[in-house]
Amino acid sequence: MFIVDYIKEIVNAVKSLARGMRVTGYYFTHHKEIITQQYPENRNTLNLPERFRGEVILKHDDVNEHACTGCTACEIACPNGTIKIITKFDISPEGKKKKALDTFVYHLELCTMCNLCIEACPTDAIKMAQNFEHSVFDRNLLTKKLNLPGSKIKEGIE
Amino acid sequence: MFSLEKFTATIHAWLNSSFTPAWALLTEFVLVGLCAIGLFATLGLVLVLMERKVAAYMQIRLGPNRVGPKGMFQSLADTIKLMMKEGLTPDGADKFLFNVAPFVVMITAMLLLAPIAFARNFQIWDINIGVLYIAAVSSVSVIGILMAGWASNNKYSLLGAMRSGAQIVSYELSAGLSVMAIVVLTGSLQLSDIIASQENGWWIFKGHIPVLIAFVIFIIAVTAETNRAPFDLAEAESELTAGFHTEYSGMKFALFFLAEYINIFIACALGATLFFGGWMPLHIGHWQSFNHVMDYIPSSCWFFGKTFALIFLIMWFRWTFPRLRVDQLLQLEWKYLLPISMFNLLLVTVMAIMGWHF
Repeated sequence: MFIVDYIKEIVNAVKSLARGMRVTGYYFTHHKEIITQQYPENRNTLNLPERFRGEVILKHDDVNEHACTGCTACEIACPNGTIKIITKFDISPEGKKKKALDTFVYHLELCTMCNLCIEACPTDAIKMAQNFEHSVFDRNLLTKKLNLPGSKIKEGIE
Repeated sequence: MFSLEKFTATIHAWLNSSFTPAWALLTEFVLVGLCAIGLFATLGLVLVLMERKVAAYMQIRLGPNRVGPKGMFQSLADTIKLMMKEGLTPDGADKFLFNVAPFVVMITAMLLLAPIAFARNFQIWDINIGVLYIAAVSSVSVIGILMAGWASNNKYSLLGAMRSGAQIVSYELSAGLSVMAIVVLTGSLQLSDIIASQENGWWIFKGHIPVLIAFVIFIIAVTAETNRAPFDLAEAESELTAGFHTEYSGMKFALFFLAEYINIFIACALGATLFFGGWMPLHIGHWQSFNHVMDYIPSSCWFFGKTFALIFLIMWFRWTFPRLRVDQLLQLEWKYLLPISMFNLLLVTVMAIMGWHF
């Protein structure tokens, strides 16, 4: 029957609109749900989401060793040339030549935090850090050298 | 007890004793004009802030909270910013219409203020066709919007204005028919009569189901007529940038913005007057003591309380419902609201004749 469908449609519409209004009404009356953070005030107690991506860093352990083999997978994966790996050749005690990382150049000003380099890395040497306060007065400061001075590759990473 | 009635009576008596009646009348005109402008300015500030706060809390945000305590001076700061801005007129625009349009919209909103009863015996003009007057004048604002859209010489503005025209012309019908329900029950178009008829209970209670339906239709139609979301096709930020006021800036934009909020206030004031008894306190039948206690709350508080409750309802709509498409908008009006409100009017008429209301 046409008229029954018509009335049913109206009742359903009213019901679904009321359901929507209940959700917003709940949020309006329950201020504990508010997710806004008062940034400059809560700088010391910042609560960043786990997956927030601020910048790329090269992981170093306490004896200043990283896991980067200089394979340039990240450089190839990067869509906009943010990463430049400069490699060198280490001479092992047996006299063999081995490719190793010389400088990990990271252009923060070009980075879109797409996470592709982290996914490309075969040895999990790099990761996304959560620091987001990057503003500087000199643009050159945004071009970073990620490997710390004097650092070397961990034993056993190929 | 605080009463605006005594206040106006004192001023009236003093003016008439100090000046000739003609001068007293002229002074009263000026005073009323100043009061209206003052009310507009305050309402603009309060409603914009209220809208932003309500929106924020409904979207789990905080809203403006930096300017003044709890962000209370945010809208004041915005006003100062708008006043400092340059009022640009585009090269290809029709200069005269472009500059006149915001004032047409604003003056329409001002005219609508005349028959609204703010408190007991506190009304600018108690015209005997008050409801008709409001229905007639409120549709003039579409001329201002069409003028703005046409004169801007901008495709978005024109589209927005045309949509607004189609929308206001359609929703006028069901708004009028739902208001008719109360007119039928009261037997008068005068707003003071309508309020007086609700002395023993508001129409929304006395008229039960049919008046409730009329109220729902009224609030939907009024939301559409004031171009508010979910019916904000005329502005539609995401499709038409800002619709008819895309090209406006500075104070001319501010007038459109203010007029929108004044229109909401007037629509809600009308709704409060027709369905919730205007300034009439909550009276329940013959509960003498209860009614007496309610009478102690000033009538202006009742009026503004009800109006702001309805404004909150309309804001609640805005931040909950998604925007309709043009075809859905017209479908809602012509296929649903209009037939229902016509049938409802018939129901109300039968109810009024048979005396089936309380």
